[in-house]
Amino acid sequence: MADITVGDTTISPAGAISLRELFAGFFQIAISGFGGVLPWARRMIVEQRAWLNDAEFNEMLSLCQLLPGPNVVNLAICVGARFQGWRGSLVTFGALLVVPFCLVIGAGALYVKYGDLTTVRGAMAGVSAAAAGLVIAMAAKMARSGIDGLRGGFVAAAGFSAVALLRWPIGWVLLGLIPASLILARIFKK
Amino acid sequence: MKPTSPLGSLAYHFVLLSLLAVGGANAVIPELHRVAVEQNHWVSNSQFVDLFAIAQAVPGPNVLIVTLIGWHVAGVPGAFVATAAMCAPSCLLTYGVHRAWHRFYQSPVRLLLQRALVPVAVGLVLASGFVLTQAAALDWNYVTISLVTALVAFGTKWNPLWLLGAAAVLGAAGWL
Repeated sequence: MADITVGDTTISPAGAISLRELFAGFFQIAISGFGGVLPWARRMIVEQRAWLNDAEFNEMLSLCQLLPGPNVVNLAICVGARFQGWRGSLVTFGALLVVPFCLVIGAGALYVKYGDLTTVRGAMAGVSAAAAGLVIAMAAKMARSGIDGLRGGFVAAAGFSAVALLRWPIGWVLLGLIPASLILARIFKK
Repeated sequence: MKPTSPLGSLAYHFVLLSLLAVGGANAVIPELHRVAVEQNHWVSNSQFVDLFAIAQAVPGPNVLIVTLIGWHVAGVPGAFVATAAMCAPSCLLTYGVHRAWHRFYQSPVRLLLQRALVPVAVGLVLASGFVLTQAAALDWNYVTISLVTALVAFGTKWNPLWLLGAAAVLGAAGWL
């Protein structure tokens, strides 16, 4: 198969990375991914193993963020498919989830066993509040890079109000908000 | 017609949620809360925030909150079903779109989509943060913890685990 070019750089052809390597790479991402997996994914895929160059990684990531579903899971699907078709996707998906899946159930079991102790209750309440703060920070970071004018701010505020304040079901909100946002994006340049 | 068995019910709700998760798993927390706490009574409000905190503290994708809720409802099979249901539809869609993507990438339609969808995702994730903060707020001290964490995480590049750890210590010591 001929090499594909993205930007000015020639990138590795399909098949260049074996199933075994794909598994090892995503396994590494999964076990290092404390506090958010995406930065680790970029580090492994672009910097350490150079499977993709910067341009192709950004392109792939923007697709994964555009589509519904957990972003990093989508990324695993794309990278797997890029090098080994559907088999590759299955392998990267499994490698990404098997360890976190077991860990989270183990942590859940500990919570059920010790969750009623006063100290544990206190610690969990503190962590819950902090974890909520992390999500707010994530929204702020997304806004910093993705919202550059009144139009974007208005759409974000409308989505926030409908879901958080009015508590409307997300399905209905998206059904109205996505077409409206597309029309606004079409009309306003900024 | 909605399924009545726990596994069927998990699958039904999470398959729907999968395709609504514009902006990732954290964008559907309010809906997850509605489905799991208010509608089906799978978990209480405080269990929900605790499970979310556990999922955040464990390494791995944000989708683990769904795994935990599935586990809480129906043990390990529940965890499998919930995770698979939450991932399968979006994964299949991604796999399908990926194949057509190279041609699509440079097109104006993609740029338009991106400009339209990013603000929607921002609004949804912010709504998640709001709902979680509200659910975790036993009193104003907890709101302060949430907001201070948000500010520090936004303004610095510190590993978030330090922030979770500090809040755990404060809470365990009974200072909140």
